[in-house]
Amino acid sequence: MLREIGVASIENLFDSIPEDLRLLKRLNVPAALSEIELLKRFGDVGARNTAASRVSFLGAGAYSHYVPTVVDHLISRSEFFTAYTPYQPEISQGTLQSIFEFQTLVCQLTGMEIANASMYDGSTALAEAVLMAERVTKRSKVIASSAIHPHYLEVAHTYVQHAGIELKHSPYCTDSGITLTESLAALDDQTAAVVVQSPNFFGCIEDLQALSEKAHANGALLIVAITEALSLGLLRSPGSCGADIVVAEGQSFGVPLSFGGPYVGLFATRDKYARQIPGRLVGQAYDKQGRRGFVLTLATREQHIRREKATSNICTNEGLIALAVTIYLETMGRRGVQQVARQCAQKAHYAAHEIAKLAGFSVPFSVPFFNEFMVRAPIEALPLLENLATEKSIDAGIALSRFDSNRPNDFLVCVTETNTRKQIDALVDGLRNLSEASQ
Amino acid sequence: MHSISKVTTHISHNEQLIFERSQPGRAGFSLPPLDVDEIPLDEIIPSQFQREDDLVGMPEVTEVDVVRHFTRISSWNYSIDQGMYPLGSCTMKYNSRLNEKVARINGFANLHPLASEAESQGALQVIYELQQHLAEITGLPGISLQPAAGAHGEMTGILIIRAFIDARDGKEASAKRRVMLIPDSAHGTNPASAHLSGFTVKTIRSTNEGLTDLDHLRELCAHGDVAGLMLTNPNTLGLFERNIKEICRIVHDAGGLVYMDGANMNALVGIARPGDMGVDVIHLNLHKTFSTPHGGGGPGSGPCCCTKELEPFLPVPRIVTSAVDSDDEHRLKSMLRLDFDYPQSIGRVKAFFGNYGMMLRALAYILTHGYDGLREATEAAVLNARYITHGLISDYEKPFAAPPMHEVVFTDKRQARKGVHTLDIAKRLIDYGFHPPTIYFPLIVSGAMLIEPTESVGRQELDQFIEAMRSIASEAIDDPELVLNAPHTTRIGRLDEAAAARKPVLRWKPAAPPRTATSDR
Repeated sequence: MLREIGVASIENLFDSIPEDLRLLKRLNVPAALSEIELLKRFGDVGARNTAASRVSFLGAGAYSHYVPTVVDHLISRSEFFTAYTPYQPEISQGTLQSIFEFQTLVCQLTGMEIANASMYDGSTALAEAVLMAERVTKRSKVIASSAIHPHYLEVAHTYVQHAGIELKHSPYCTDSGITLTESLAALDDQTAAVVVQSPNFFGCIEDLQALSEKAHANGALLIVAITEALSLGLLRSPGSCGADIVVAEGQSFGVPLSFGGPYVGLFATRDKYARQIPGRLVGQAYDKQGRRGFVLTLATREQHIRREKATSNICTNEGLIALAVTIYLETMGRRGVQQVARQCAQKAHYAAHEIAKLAGFSVPFSVPFFNEFMVRAPIEALPLLENLATEKSIDAGIALSRFDSNRPNDFLVCVTETNTRKQIDALVDGLRNLSEASQ
Repeated sequence: MHSISKVTTHISHNEQLIFERSQPGRAGFSLPPLDVDEIPLDEIIPSQFQREDDLVGMPEVTEVDVVRHFTRISSWNYSIDQGMYPLGSCTMKYNSRLNEKVARINGFANLHPLASEAESQGALQVIYELQQHLAEITGLPGISLQPAAGAHGEMTGILIIRAFIDARDGKEASAKRRVMLIPDSAHGTNPASAHLSGFTVKTIRSTNEGLTDLDHLRELCAHGDVAGLMLTNPNTLGLFERNIKEICRIVHDAGGLVYMDGANMNALVGIARPGDMGVDVIHLNLHKTFSTPHGGGGPGSGPCCCTKELEPFLPVPRIVTSAVDSDDEHRLKSMLRLDFDYPQSIGRVKAFFGNYGMMLRALAYILTHGYDGLREATEAAVLNARYITHGLISDYEKPFAAPPMHEVVFTDKRQARKGVHTLDIAKRLIDYGFHPPTIYFPLIVSGAMLIEPTESVGRQELDQFIEAMRSIASEAIDDPELVLNAPHTTRIGRLDEAAAARKPVLRWKPAAPPRTATSDR
């Protein structure tokens, strides 16, 4: 080939790079491994993640749910996972049609009118929602509940720090565990949006109806974030409570935990904001023969056309994970999603009930929860949980002292359909034994 | 013969939306029976908080329905595994199945991101190792793997520049430095990311040679308001900015920093390093250069690498090693842990640690290639692009004389005389079995076709691609209608995108129920 193109040597292919910028040594990375060696190596490294094989009650933004086998099988089809963004619709209809179905499913679950083709994850979707609220209302103050996942609040802050948006935090009620409308003291006619999470970081179900009425009375939008998307199988949709933008982490719908990613952000809003929404949208279209197909649409919002005036800088999104969500939701279907949600709620309430019976333990927040709840232990939570992991091989929950030093004895417990009664009973026994032993 | 008749009756060509296949009572799942005593729902969750719509409209189908549905519609996609996918600037290289297997190892796939540090040492080790390798490849020692995609990495890099200048100059002086310089050939994400970080964008012209105009750069740098430059190198015309050192010097002398868009790193890995060129901060695309799959639009991963000086501003948490007190020799002597204590950090850009599954795949790519393989991949990628250049130069207009690196831009100038434009050439290429190149980008080249073959094609396929492109060039002269009406072999023809945008239909809705005497009442 070199001879054919008239270049003397491989080195000459790089003549346009000045000599003094060429790397003269070889890269200091290891020599190539064979397939056998590589699998052995990653197998060994993976085995050091002892938490991956424990009985787990960890939630707080990432949830252990059953994933039907077909999900991974279908997303592993070359036609899906080795395709690019569907810029050439004639040869991308598989991707485009599945995104159209994804958008529809997101609307159905959230009770909203339109949804985009995905964001990076729930936290960045929330940040984009805050930016969008400012564009829509042309107001610059945003009030976010402190009962939102701390990572989500941090990401929102990073995104908006130079956008001329004042991000205020409103306290949650430490008795009930939710964001009361009375606490929205800063809400006024300069407020672009009120932001809450429901179920919130502590698992408590927020009164979205009351919050939306309060926000709307001031001309502000209500943004609702959801980290446990399976709650939508049981709980009233944010759309029907009056939410203007709904963002969610889609991981619960068929996506492995994978140490925090890749996950997928769901983003839904009202029809009237279609031209303000960030990210890609797929719409229905027809060819000259009148055959239905799907295309990327309303692209004039996007960076490749609008550049610095785009509604977002996002380009690559989470296409394949959105596909996993689509396949999951279609396989589980209307009844499956409802039944999983019901099992989560029932098992979590069984666990909460049993834990609350233990001497010294309580489930302090008074409002209803879905599948996650805060437990207050009679002793410090962090060592208690560590001991439970090493002695009983149970990851019993997440110590809240990792996020808030004022909560030394509190931890979050999450129960899903994958947890059996036997596991829950072992958790309860473990908590009893270890707390008694340390007192 | 001008058109090939289209097949429309094949069942797999007419797969409906899943909602149109749905039938009440069908189900594709199985769950064990509830093993705790069921409490009436109203006692757990008051009825005003319960769903009232019974999820009406959501699909009810069997598992076989789902498998056939997605298998059928998948056949409407073009994919890398089917053939060459020469999208310029997208680096559509082969996605190894081995890397997919690695990402699915239980110890990683089933690991919760908030598991304790002690119990996720393997996962942290992967992050740490990949960071070291990427630092070596870029020559930039500070690194965060948190950004989820290229544009996200850009935003991170630009926020770091802003935080650095704020710290260096103080907020007041820094407030006067709010200009970000971006060449007219840049990706649209560059100005969008700069805007998101609170900068005003000024555009730098390219020269007739397709390189950054140094005089214009000097002029723009003369006002003391420049915070930085965002530069892609090789640039989006596939040309190495050979004045890169001078460019960096000009920007640095003006008090600014240089951000490099690493989208085109596939031309440089093992050959040259941005850190050695004077670049301060760069993002990489693991889904381009390091072969993690594009997945029909994502997930990506956009690590941000920077100089030692900028390191304190990287997102938190960082992954660091620390010694562990232990008298038990079976326990680790050093341990990886999360460090949040960087008061100058720009903050978190994503929940948890980023698109971790992509990091596993990228590390597997680096380890299976090794130092030799990484360099060889770069060499093959550039050789392939040069071979295509050589093969097409007699039939297509090449707007810039310089030999390209890993991608080359041609235009439709000659074909346009017959009324055949880039879009038509792209659509006709589909009939020949190839995915079209990137079209109408970069914006500064009229009718651009940006072709990036990557290292994942052999000579035979390159010849077939060249042959197809040359054949289309002949058709444009002999039978332009054939090209103008392409594609002819796909399930559907060109879709009316303008109509789709005028009255957007963005979701399926059930057909209105038929009006009957009962429902009218």
